[in-house]
Amino acid sequence: MAQATFRVWRGASGGQFHDYTADVVPGMVVLDAIHQIQATQAGDLACRWNCKAGKCGSCSAEINGKPRLMCMTRLNDLPLDEPVTVEPMKAFPPIRDLVTDVSWNYTVKKKIKPFKARKPDAPDGTWRMSQSDVDRVQEFRKCIECFLCQDVCHVLREHALHPEFIGPRFLVYTAALEMHPLDDEDRLADLKGDHGIGYCNITGCCTKVCPEEITITENAIIPLKERVVDRFYDPVKRLFRVFSG
Amino acid sequence: MEYETHDYDVLVVGAGGAGLRAAIEASAGGVKVGLLCKSLLGKAHTVMAEGGIAAALANVDDRDNWKVHFSDTMRGGQYVNNWRMAELHAKEAPDRVRELEAWGAVFDRTTDGRILQRNFGGHRYPRLAHVGDRTGLEMIRTLQDHGVHRGMDVHMEFTVVSLLKDGGRIAGVFGYERERGRFKVFRASAVILATGGLGRAYRITSNSWEGTGDGHSLAYHSGAELIDMEFIQFHPTGMIWPPSVQGILVTEGVRGEGGILVNKEGRRFMFDDIPEPYRNQTADNEDEGWRYTQGDKSARRPPELLTRDHVARCINREVREGRGSPHGGVFLDIAWIRKRMQNSEEHIRRKLPSMYHQFKQLADIDITKEAMEVGPTTHYVMGGVRVDADSQMSNVPGLFAAGECAAGINGANRLGGNSLSDLLVFGKRAGEYAAQYAREHPRPAFDLAQADEAAHLAVQPFEPGRSENPYTIQHELQGAMQELVGIVRQENEMVTALEVVEKLSTRAATAAVHGHREYNPGWHTALDLRHLLTVSEAIARCAIERRESRGGHFREDYPEKVSEFGKVNMVVRKTATGSMELQRVPLAEMPPELKQVIEENK
Repeated sequence: MAQATFRVWRGASGGQFHDYTADVVPGMVVLDAIHQIQATQAGDLACRWNCKAGKCGSCSAEINGKPRLMCMTRLNDLPLDEPVTVEPMKAFPPIRDLVTDVSWNYTVKKKIKPFKARKPDAPDGTWRMSQSDVDRVQEFRKCIECFLCQDVCHVLREHALHPEFIGPRFLVYTAALEMHPLDDEDRLADLKGDHGIGYCNITGCCTKVCPEEITITENAIIPLKERVVDRFYDPVKRLFRVFSG
Repeated sequence: MEYETHDYDVLVVGAGGAGLRAAIEASAGGVKVGLLCKSLLGKAHTVMAEGGIAAALANVDDRDNWKVHFSDTMRGGQYVNNWRMAELHAKEAPDRVRELEAWGAVFDRTTDGRILQRNFGGHRYPRLAHVGDRTGLEMIRTLQDHGVHRGMDVHMEFTVVSLLKDGGRIAGVFGYERERGRFKVFRASAVILATGGLGRAYRITSNSWEGTGDGHSLAYHSGAELIDMEFIQFHPTGMIWPPSVQGILVTEGVRGEGGILVNKEGRRFMFDDIPEPYRNQTADNEDEGWRYTQGDKSARRPPELLTRDHVARCINREVREGRGSPHGGVFLDIAWIRKRMQNSEEHIRRKLPSMYHQFKQLADIDITKEAMEVGPTTHYVMGGVRVDADSQMSNVPGLFAAGECAAGINGANRLGGNSLSDLLVFGKRAGEYAAQYAREHPRPAFDLAQADEAAHLAVQPFEPGRSENPYTIQHELQGAMQELVGIVRQENEMVTALEVVEKLSTRAATAAVHGHREYNPGWHTALDLRHLLTVSEAIARCAIERRESRGGHFREDYPEKVSEFGKVNMVVRKTATGSMELQRVPLAEMPPELKQVIEENK
């Protein structure tokens, strides 16, 4: 049976790589190799996973240096004549092995003003929306919260501006709320202020790593930036606000 | 020992659809609520649900109403369901779906702007509110994002090891948080179990690592009764190739959108065996079946949309009789619709985006152009904690259960789409009644010795001189259940399975774990074994006792339905000596008005 070497990060910040050999079967993904290593060689190798089908966003890691879901990374797409490196996401504090502390994301999300429905359209308390109205937010709502976009974002990864910038995942989340046909809330001041949308200089790295293929930069972030600019930097509107108080 | 201790009025164990909905409702009841997640919040197995939420909204077909939904559910469950739960479910599901929309869920739309509904197996009319084929994600995210603003405390990556009691009533839970491996005690007036299923007892399953029957087992060991454990749903369409994806679910929505099942001879074998109770409602030719999937109200549904238990058995038959696909399944073909519609490729990608993605990435198959290979996969357990239909409380005062780990609504077989609605309807009810219970009862007291004992047992795998690998024991158990208590059963095999369970229990008592307690999956696997072994024993015992075939329980040695067994549920409970006791308990008599509803919808 064919075999491959997996160079897996063990430990927390003071950890190191450890090489394991795993048997390769057809169709195998990196998560299968990690499971095989757990079951036969390193029972305490820590990783997160749930659905194993790219739907829950738990098994995020960096494979050969690229942020990816382990369950959706096929071995036959990787060069197996050299070790496959598997490391935890770098933008979050390490816990153990492949597991990182992603709790910051949950804290950030809670700061974003929640959905607030406008008055129902029909007497029975329901709403009417056409499919074309919801297509746009449905794209954003595909997000599985794997946080790979957060991991690759240089504002967070290199500059560690976590306190000042909510990151691409939560810009997408805000876009899903702001463009929701029923939503009645206003989040533009927050975007400009505490949520730091100005830090994003639209390099598009987040879009490239999104396993759900959400067009994060073009469809979510840029339209939000435009709304912020329209509100706060449009000279005509500024003048108008001066006079209208 | 001293433990970090938290106090709640209502403590919810499990943060999938049922747990989140329960926590939201309990919070609305003005009590202090804690929510324990085995994984991170938003990753629970609900996220995997694809097809939709069954609710008689009648947006697509105005002939639909709760009575039809109720009748469909009872027929699908072969009439051993708890009729009161089926009634409440059918009546309340529409409100629960509309409520999700009010909380921000974005369902697919009808042309007049309402929530779109799709066809699914066993449902007479298009009934499943959906979002493409990622409805579960939409549901869990909506509940999560709504819930975290409702004042509940969320404790992630926390595993419950045992339930604590104050005399006869529930008093809280004992468990450990994974990150640091520390034990914690949660004291609570009411505990709601919403832990989902037990698919990991089998080798081929659609369930994640979490589905180890924790709630079933915790409830059983604390004195609660379990019912219907013999009824396991093998979903007819799981992926079978390549090996690494075996078991991953292929939504019934594929068939709802017109997908057909064919054997290696190209024959649509589902036409060959249509059970009597469904004959009037099932198309007898391909054209009629196609017209049904495209919304023709005069057409009857295609046989691919018969109930899951039946479809799974038909697939099993084709494979056994040598008409299977190359990798031991059958073909599920949606690409064929190009013969019937233009732009079929785009249509498929829009209606089934995640299936398209899943096959493309994991199996190198383009489902818009070629057929998929599929076979049955362990998907769902109809059995679970026996609860009061209205309140969801078990026979242990203060202990509630909702969702997959509770039983009753589904009887012998669950209809697709009835799970998500079950989570919402009975999650809400459990939350409401648990809050009420907590308001009416003082906080319980308990003896910390219970926690000490559980802690002592939990750390045993770290003791020196032990050698059993917990992963190996789990693997062997899964193999035995798959082979011996699977889709086709017979008595001698199941007796063997009980012997295997007993031997593995002995070995599990000496499971060894390496390393330390911080985020150690080996330790977790060792702790889960007790749950898996408990539920496996319950499944095998109930399955031996039910000497007939019904729904998800098929006996090769008793292939027919037996009316005597249609009047009872199998109940298991733990005796004072620690052994498992089984009893046949008669079903409650259905009131005449509900009998009439069923009669009218035959």
